[in-house]
Amino acid sequence: MRGAGMLHVAVATRAFRRYSTYRAATLAGIFTNSVFGIIYSFAYLALWDANPTAGGYDAQDAVTYVWLGQALLMTIALWGGGATDDLAERIRTGDVAIDLYRPVGIVGWYLASDLGRAAYHLLTRGVGPTLIGLVVFDIALPRSSVHALAFAASLVLAVVVSFAIRFLVASTAFWLLDQSGVKVMSGAFAIFFSGMMLPLVLFPGWLGTLARALPWASYVQVPADIWLGTHSGTGLLAALGFQVAWAVVLLAVCQGVLRVATRKVVVQGG
Amino acid sequence: MTYPLIDVHELARCFDVRRRVEGRRRRSRESVVAVHDLTFSVEGGEMVGYIGPNGAGKSTTIKMLTGILVPTSGRVRVAGLDPSRDRVELARRIGVVFGQRSTLWWDLPLRDSYDLLQKMYRIEPARYRENLDRFVDLLDLGAQLDTPVRQLSLGQRMRGDITAALLHDPEVLYLDEPTIGLDVVSKGRLREFLRALNAERGTTLLLTTHDLQDIEALCDRVIVIDHGTSVYDGSLAGLHAQGGSTRTLVVDLVDEAPAIEVPGATVRRVEGPRQWLSFPADASAAPVVSAVAAAYDVADLSIQEPDIEDVIRELYSRGA
Repeated sequence: MRGAGMLHVAVATRAFRRYSTYRAATLAGIFTNSVFGIIYSFAYLALWDANPTAGGYDAQDAVTYVWLGQALLMTIALWGGGATDDLAERIRTGDVAIDLYRPVGIVGWYLASDLGRAAYHLLTRGVGPTLIGLVVFDIALPRSSVHALAFAASLVLAVVVSFAIRFLVASTAFWLLDQSGVKVMSGAFAIFFSGMMLPLVLFPGWLGTLARALPWASYVQVPADIWLGTHSGTGLLAALGFQVAWAVVLLAVCQGVLRVATRKVVVQGG
Repeated sequence: MTYPLIDVHELARCFDVRRRVEGRRRRSRESVVAVHDLTFSVEGGEMVGYIGPNGAGKSTTIKMLTGILVPTSGRVRVAGLDPSRDRVELARRIGVVFGQRSTLWWDLPLRDSYDLLQKMYRIEPARYRENLDRFVDLLDLGAQLDTPVRQLSLGQRMRGDITAALLHDPEVLYLDEPTIGLDVVSKGRLREFLRALNAERGTTLLLTTHDLQDIEALCDRVIVIDHGTSVYDGSLAGLHAQGGSTRTLVVDLVDEAPAIEVPGATVRRVEGPRQWLSFPADASAAPVVSAVAAAYDVADLSIQEPDIEDVIRELYSRGA
């Protein structure tokens, strides 16, 4: 088990390094996230000026929520992409056969790689815009060290849930050869149901209830609420438990789909 | 009771394929048989050539032997394991090399790829260093160890891939077209290396190739597969006999002459003073040569060995 752990750390490190070679793209990305952060902040401030307690947030919470969203966007690869794009490409070309010949599970391997990528994106595309936001706006910090720690855990879980969904999207390439149509569709769901566009606490009635129960809530809404101190005590554990439950269920589905794929489907090429 | 290292019994694999049918809106499903009724076994230490035309079922067989494809019916055992059920466990005991795919990471130097493999296969550090030194030396990779894989030439990458497949001391090495695209010198070196590997470590080799020189240089045994099932399994020499293959005596006469007539050989072609005579591959050339030399004024003689490709072609056409 320890050997396998070392392998996964090595895989994550490699992914981190691989992404760190794209410096110009990183800087351009931080700039873009910051610009969107500023635009969204003013839009939210106008909204909360009209309704100062909307969704149970005050104006400071709302602006903080905006910058958390910008910081999470690339870290969780909300649009898709990351290690699962590598997987989809390898399914298309048939190189996935090589992955299957290896004495390690594919899901764990790609998850490790994606966590390495996420770490890089957190340190650059996450921290970068947040610093800009801290300078320009009045952003709330976690209420206690417990909340900060819980946020860190929630962040990792957000990446895992997002990874599992992206893995399932990439797996469609076993049947469709190309993931791109499904990926666009999945991205649209993610942007709406994660709370990236609008906090889920603003969704009315049954739509809000539904949105807060779907896995995408793990992406932005749950970590943001933990940062904002909405939950405490058992509420905090329940929020993390919600993410853990989706992570476990979705990773199990990933394993199942992979098993079906190797049973039913032609691995491309000779 | 001991089992053979590779044991395949009445193996079959079908694929569902959807086809568009003229005049119908729904595509119809069809089952295509890739492999059927395939039975063979390989003992530890053998070097077996697994050959057949494109689409014969070679890759499908290899995929089932390595566990990445589940058989439709029949039985496969490799080292006593059921490949598709025990895929991960089996992966530690086999090595796979593809001529057209790489197990290496294109953005990493060779050395880093090998470090990842050491962790992946949990190779004991001392053994890892010993193997790496040995293969780097034998395959002359020392100068490339710190080069990213994407910058390697095809021959270097191939040698890099073979090293990668052998670091964990696999009992079986599957090679899928290992010499494809390599120049003559590289091919020769690779074959020499594989022969030495088999001799020194007793590694079992199963080799698919279209280059029959690979087979002639390496394999004592050949399995020919066509239309998803084995059409020949035996020695290379036996393959010649079965295919009715012939050797050719090329005679350069001093002067042009009508077709040579000697017992035991027939003229295939006449071009000026040069004539081509064929005789059975298992017969001795000596009586033919002396008969020709006794009856004609001969300027020069040479013998061409049978072309195994012709033999295989003959086998395929019989199967069709």
